[in-house]
Amino acid sequence: MIRILVSVAPIDLAGEMARVERQDVGAVASFCGLVRADDGVDQLELEHYPGATEAALDRIAHEAVERWSLQAATIVHRVGPMRPGERIVLVAAAAPHRRDALDACAYLIDRLKTDAPFWKRETRGDEARWVEARESDTNAAERWTQ
Amino acid sequence: MTLTILYFAWVRERIGEAEETVTLPSHVVTVADLVAWLSARGGGYSEAMAAPERLRAAIDQNFVGLDAAIGGAREVAIFPPVTGG
Repeated sequence: MIRILVSVAPIDLAGEMARVERQDVGAVASFCGLVRADDGVDQLELEHYPGATEAALDRIAHEAVERWSLQAATIVHRVGPMRPGERIVLVAAAAPHRRDALDACAYLIDRLKTDAPFWKRETRGDEARWVEARESDTNAAERWTQ
Repeated sequence: MTLTILYFAWVRERIGEAEETVTLPSHVVTVADLVAWLSARGGGYSEAMAAPERLRAAIDQNFVGLDAAIGGAREVAIFPPVTGG
């Protein structure tokens, strides 16, 4: 079961985890990314490309399900304005055993970072700036070229 | 040929529009040609397109290199490298 959600609503961690915990699942690995509060950021705003973003996440999830024979894969990404401490993203992978769940979970978030169209803008006081892609992200983004 | 162009993040901010519909001149074949053509409009466009190596693109929601041909596409998006997660 694949679940993709891009929403302005806060991420319901317990609700999302409950969706992937089923009787035949032996292992659930999850990663949750939060807005960091430690460098003076007052607000983080996430922009996305409606339609293309969901399609990219769906592709990533399907690839993970196929590669690790997952029983479930979830990608939930928040968009719009959010505050330090709030959840930006949740990925979860469910499999019979821990190794597949852990590896698939890392794959989901690593691929999301480079292959899904989201853009972050940080606000500190009156100053807003777009977050720059890191070198590793930029290199990975070149894999998009056909 | 009529084409919808979408802009995101600082590309959108510099241009001041999220979306527009244009009729492409025949010499605009690739996304790079489109970037050069838009840049020639000056103002926010040339500011947004000043460094094509910092731009990424999608044709009909599929990510492509700037050398990709636009062909009969309905939609081209131009945006900075992604920073989600």
